[in-house]
Amino acid sequence: MSTAIADLHETPADLGVNYLNANYGIRSWLLTKDHKRIGLLYLATITLMFFVGGTAAVLMRLHLIEPQGALFEPETYNKLFSTHGIIMVFFFLVPSIPATLGNFLIPLMIGARDVAFPKLNLMSWYIFITGCGFALYATLSGGVDTGWTFYPPYSSSFSHTHVVAVALGVFIAGFSSILTGLNFIVTIHKMRAPGMTWFRLPLFIWALYATSLIFVLGTPVIAITLFLLGLERILHVGIFDPAVGGDPLLFQHLFWFYSHPAVYIMILPGMGVISELITAFSRKKIFGYTFVAFSSLAIAIISFVVWGHHMFVTGQSIYAGLVFSVLSFLVAIPSAIKVFNWTATLYKGSISYEAPMLYALGFIGLFTIGGLTGLFLASLATDVHLNGTYFIVAHFHYIMVGGAVMAYMGGIHFWWPKITGRLYPDYWARVAAALIFIGFNLTFFPQFVLGYLGMPRRYAVYPAEFQVLNVMSSAGASILGIGYVIPLIYLTWSMRYGRAAGPNPWRAKGLEWTIPSPPPTENFEEIPIVTEEAYNYPTSGVASV
Amino acid sequence: MSELAAHSAHPPGFAHQFETVAQQREAGKLGMWVFLVTEILFFGGMFTAYTVYRSLHLQAFITGSHLLEVKFGATNTAVLIVSSLTMAMAIRSAQTGKRKGQTIWWLILTMLLGATFLFLKFRFEWYHDYVDGIVPGVSWSYHGPYAPGAELFMCFYFFMTGLHALHMIVGIGILTVLTVMTARNKFSPQYYAPLEISGLYWHFVDIVWIFLFPLLYLIGGRYPGS
Repeated sequence: MSTAIADLHETPADLGVNYLNANYGIRSWLLTKDHKRIGLLYLATITLMFFVGGTAAVLMRLHLIEPQGALFEPETYNKLFSTHGIIMVFFFLVPSIPATLGNFLIPLMIGARDVAFPKLNLMSWYIFITGCGFALYATLSGGVDTGWTFYPPYSSSFSHTHVVAVALGVFIAGFSSILTGLNFIVTIHKMRAPGMTWFRLPLFIWALYATSLIFVLGTPVIAITLFLLGLERILHVGIFDPAVGGDPLLFQHLFWFYSHPAVYIMILPGMGVISELITAFSRKKIFGYTFVAFSSLAIAIISFVVWGHHMFVTGQSIYAGLVFSVLSFLVAIPSAIKVFNWTATLYKGSISYEAPMLYALGFIGLFTIGGLTGLFLASLATDVHLNGTYFIVAHFHYIMVGGAVMAYMGGIHFWWPKITGRLYPDYWARVAAALIFIGFNLTFFPQFVLGYLGMPRRYAVYPAEFQVLNVMSSAGASILGIGYVIPLIYLTWSMRYGRAAGPNPWRAKGLEWTIPSPPPTENFEEIPIVTEEAYNYPTSGVASV
Repeated sequence: MSELAAHSAHPPGFAHQFETVAQQREAGKLGMWVFLVTEILFFGGMFTAYTVYRSLHLQAFITGSHLLEVKFGATNTAVLIVSSLTMAMAIRSAQTGKRKGQTIWWLILTMLLGATFLFLKFRFEWYHDYVDGIVPGVSWSYHGPYAPGAELFMCFYFFMTGLHALHMIVGIGILTVLTVMTARNKFSPQYYAPLEISGLYWHFVDIVWIFLFPLLYLIGGRYPGS
């Protein structure tokens, strides 16, 4: 179907003057204040970080083919999983959708010429790559072995690896998140086009608004916490050291106060993307707009009061555990609202299965599994059994990879024609989406079973009876790896050789599709006046071509 | 851009991404308020840690607090409160279109008060603490009662006042830029937003000190009869 659409819109290779060819040269990119170019700078940076973190994951899975470990010393294995976690969480997933698609799309979707503070936006990217620099330096010069959670006293007093450099990298990158969140909040409040009321905003904007709230309210806390940890390590004073009255659990409280909401930093923008994809490819208005919009805010707010569920077995008070358990169950409500509303949107829709839609449908299934297994972990009694096992690993990968990364890939494929002005080969895109879905499930579903059977996470060796499931997981990881490399190839190829996309190859609704692809530097020749609600697709059922 | 160019009366400092001057001013103000929220959370992590440890080791924290000199903290509190007044006067002066010399003098006075604060803090407090051996991790020779907890208190004293002093230094840097901008006639009663939002920042840093002073210097009833 998409090929047919593409043919309809085939235009000469000349894409006109746009933000990509308005000026040339490395300076015009490194000093750009254009939100679209800054989005692409982030895209390049986080793609690099994704493949660094991914390489660490592939090496880990190769190592775990044998019960005694096939490749590395245990110390090296510890560094691999730490690097994988730190890079993927702080340098890929947290900035992924907000910094790339968010930067590119927010002004386009609300009808603005740019974000509110373009210079600050560029500065955020420089701050981010400085943080990346520290993280990569630490990785290349020997790595870090604390896990991504940096728990003291191991991280502060005992580890002999590059804890300070990595923590500094995360600290610095945090300020990029804070400034991006600030920019988005002000942009969404103050830069909307005439007629673009709050309840006409695309749901992607609501999701990113909620995400920005978490950026702004959560990130400063992890920053100050890592700052204290670094000072403790450098000055050998005991902020979190029980020897002088410090409390290691305080670090965990402060750490999770950010790092639990950070999970929603990863998933909320993904939910925003899915709302766009589901409506575009079922050609229907979203079911229950206000519920989907407010559920984003509800998730952001509740996310700040559930951190204690990471600490059920640490000796926190049983009553605190009880309260955190109940509150954690509450997150399921707005999450379920979204899943049900997407499903209801599909009902009697005119559904087509282009590559972005495959990712969106994959997201709904995988996120549901990830979310429901989260309830196992929010229950005090089952958590005691499952805590620290591969069940946890499988659960959060279903959310972070099955959810966030699937949505990111879907979003990139959906808006790629807008970003580059060109189409990618749809056949290969569908193949890659299918490979990612199969590879993902083969990698992580066995880990639920492993965890249930009691295999602890973060171990370089395991009992021989777990080998079959581990080999399945490693086999899946290799498929997943190939699935991620294929889009890298055809998307890069399409930037030069892809056919011209035209302004709206998916015939989707939304202001971003009303302007040329790629958009001109100033986005809109004239600021549009919005007169209709979001997703106002023809309701006749069959799309009129 | 063409219709933007038609806005013939752009004041200096009008940025292309905005449609109107009012929109730009509101965006700037909201941006600064959001930034201050992040600052509250940033300091808040430290205040939380302070609160937890103070409740765990109250007597040690009182012991640590008594190692500090109240007179310096009190003087600095007064200095900062006056600097908030002079900052407000600088904004008022720009807003009412007074001679630019007047705005500049208020700004310079604010910077001088900020510098006085830092001078007292570093020269008369931190330096003496260093000589007296009550700087954890650098020079520590206190072995009186509650020594470990008092060291923890002093860690918080240095981290919190250090972070605050860093914000003061940034604030003085901002004021320097504003002074130069004022001298170059960048501001008018129609456009003084940079002064206004920098004022918000300056007042915020003062308020942080208003919390730090009693929490660090005044705990545990220093004086008979209190």
